[in-house]
Amino acid sequence: MLCMQNISKVYRTESVETHALREFSLTVDEGEFVSVTGPSGSGKTTFLNIAGLLEEFSNGKYELDGKDVSRLTDRERSRVRNEKIGFIFQSFNLIPELDIFDNVDVPLRYRGLKAAERKKRIERVIEVVGLGSRMRHLPSQLSGGQQQRVAIARALAGEPRFLLADEPTGNLDSAMAGSVMELLTDINKAGTTIIMVTHEATLARRARRNILVRDGRVSSGQTMHIASAATA
Amino acid sequence: MIRYYVKLGVLSIRKNPVLSALMVAAIATGISACMTILNINYIMSGNPIPHRSDVLYHVQLDSWDPNQSADDGGLTEPPDQLTYVDGTALLQAGEARRQVLSYRSSRVLQPSDRDLRPFEVSSRSTTGDFFPMFDAPFLYGRGWDKTADDTLEQVVVLGKEINERIFGGEDSLGRTVMMNGDVYRVVGVLDEWNLLPRFYDVSTQPFEEVEEVFFPFSVSIAREVGGSGNTNCWKPWDDAGWNAFLNSECVWMQMWVELHGADEKQDYMAFLDAYVESQKALGRFPRPLNNRLNDVMEWMADQEVVADDVQVLLGLAILFLIVCLLNTIGLLLAKIMRRSGDISLRRALGASRNAIFSQYIVEAGVIGFCGGLLGIGLTWLGLKGIEVLYRQYEFVENLVRMDWVMIFAAVVLAILSALGAALYPTWRACRIHPAAQLKTL
Repeated sequence: MLCMQNISKVYRTESVETHALREFSLTVDEGEFVSVTGPSGSGKTTFLNIAGLLEEFSNGKYELDGKDVSRLTDRERSRVRNEKIGFIFQSFNLIPELDIFDNVDVPLRYRGLKAAERKKRIERVIEVVGLGSRMRHLPSQLSGGQQQRVAIARALAGEPRFLLADEPTGNLDSAMAGSVMELLTDINKAGTTIIMVTHEATLARRARRNILVRDGRVSSGQTMHIASAATA
Repeated sequence: MIRYYVKLGVLSIRKNPVLSALMVAAIATGISACMTILNINYIMSGNPIPHRSDVLYHVQLDSWDPNQSADDGGLTEPPDQLTYVDGTALLQAGEARRQVLSYRSSRVLQPSDRDLRPFEVSSRSTTGDFFPMFDAPFLYGRGWDKTADDTLEQVVVLGKEINERIFGGEDSLGRTVMMNGDVYRVVGVLDEWNLLPRFYDVSTQPFEEVEEVFFPFSVSIAREVGGSGNTNCWKPWDDAGWNAFLNSECVWMQMWVELHGADEKQDYMAFLDAYVESQKALGRFPRPLNNRLNDVMEWMADQEVVADDVQVLLGLAILFLIVCLLNTIGLLLAKIMRRSGDISLRRALGASRNAIFSQYIVEAGVIGFCGGLLGIGLTWLGLKGIEVLYRQYEFVENLVRMDWVMIFAAVVLAILSALGAALYPTWRACRIHPAAQLKTL
């Protein structure tokens, strides 16, 4: 469902060229839970931004659900992001002045769904993440773990084809991190494809496959299927 | 989505109360300065009699000295008013559907209640057509007819205020009042009559209220009641008496005629020209033929009822509004840059550039609406300030009123101004990259 071939991303300033990704190739199949690890500056986040159509790339080919997304207009990219991709960020990225219900509502508003349909979806996903009694709470009234659950609910509300998670437990303590990872595992088991960037090896092992990124490339020989390790 | 964007706009204002308050204040200040002057301009330039303004014509005959200007317009402009000789000649000819000859004067009214002291009232001596032609509103009775004009009937029409003052506001038809020693019978009492400007006589202050009492023109002339408006003469007259003054070349009365359609106007102009030619044969009217017929709005423009000072002030007020809007642009930019994380997030979650544009434009509209409401309050204060500042001029209170049109205009102008100011900041908001701020949120 996600296929990148020889993707390059170069950031240019007047005096410097930075190659964030070099001939980056990766295929992720439907239903996979893939972790992406690598040292700081290796290109993990750039990969995730490109995968999520948040950034354009310099060269290469990217197919999503069998469709080439290299040449989409800004409006088309927005629609693909809204309909097919769910984002989970390290710092949750909830809108502080909106309550939980309205935060989860944000992507659905841009989908143009009717109010009754939105309400049904929002209530369902908030129940899934275990915050059914807190729908009208503001983010500031929740713990970090709960806020990340809201972010996961927001990502799930649009019923995306895959979730992109950027260090989803980076701002959480180990207990909360474990709880969030369990939730992501359950979501993956329910059929949603997940690509998770992390620099924590223990969390990476919870995925079925780990990709090691180094110097903007998928590090040769480091791609490994660890589904058995994750379940062991 | 508009409701959603309005909700976000209100939430954003609550989230940044100081910045939002500054923007609202900037817009409100600019709007109030603009609306204060615009309001005065609007009242000054309004059509005082919209349903009849195109059938009422002010008459000018160029009876003036060929070597000096009648007014400020130079040698080619006829005087604004008529001589008694010409006015009465046109009146007696009766060539128009209706005609009104009038002049302003002041009289002393002696109340029948001996406890009340005599007091001065403003009055207008006019012909009977004045009331139907200018659509004067009556509370009781009506004006007088041509017979009353011809037979010198001592009748009077009172204004509402004067009727309240001397008769307690009751139906005073048939009762009498004494003015300058003569007794007049009340045949009509006017209702409130707010003519702004008082178009039928702009030779003095056009924004003063209509006169307090009205007398038949013929009676006033017979009683030798002189005018209290402008009297301009270019030729000395031989005798010092009243009749000599009446027969002089002094202009001091205003004439209006009612004409329907271009043909009637053309015919009446031909009549005026023929009249002047006949007078030229008698040695009068030394200037070339130059008669004028202006309808109400043409006459208001000719007389520059809206003073140049007000136009200059309006220009300055608009400049001030622009300065306020430039400040608003800066504040909006600051606000949007502070919210770039929110914009990045919404873009990541599927908002198109159009959606972001709409959200921030609607938010600017909400700020503009608040600015408009505050602006109305400040405009009212501005108008009150002008009233206090110029309270020595009675007419000023007529210029500092606000009606619903101007209140609505203030809000619309504020919203449009805010939307205009928001265009550049909102465009910048649309350019914020979806991935730009997500790490730092």
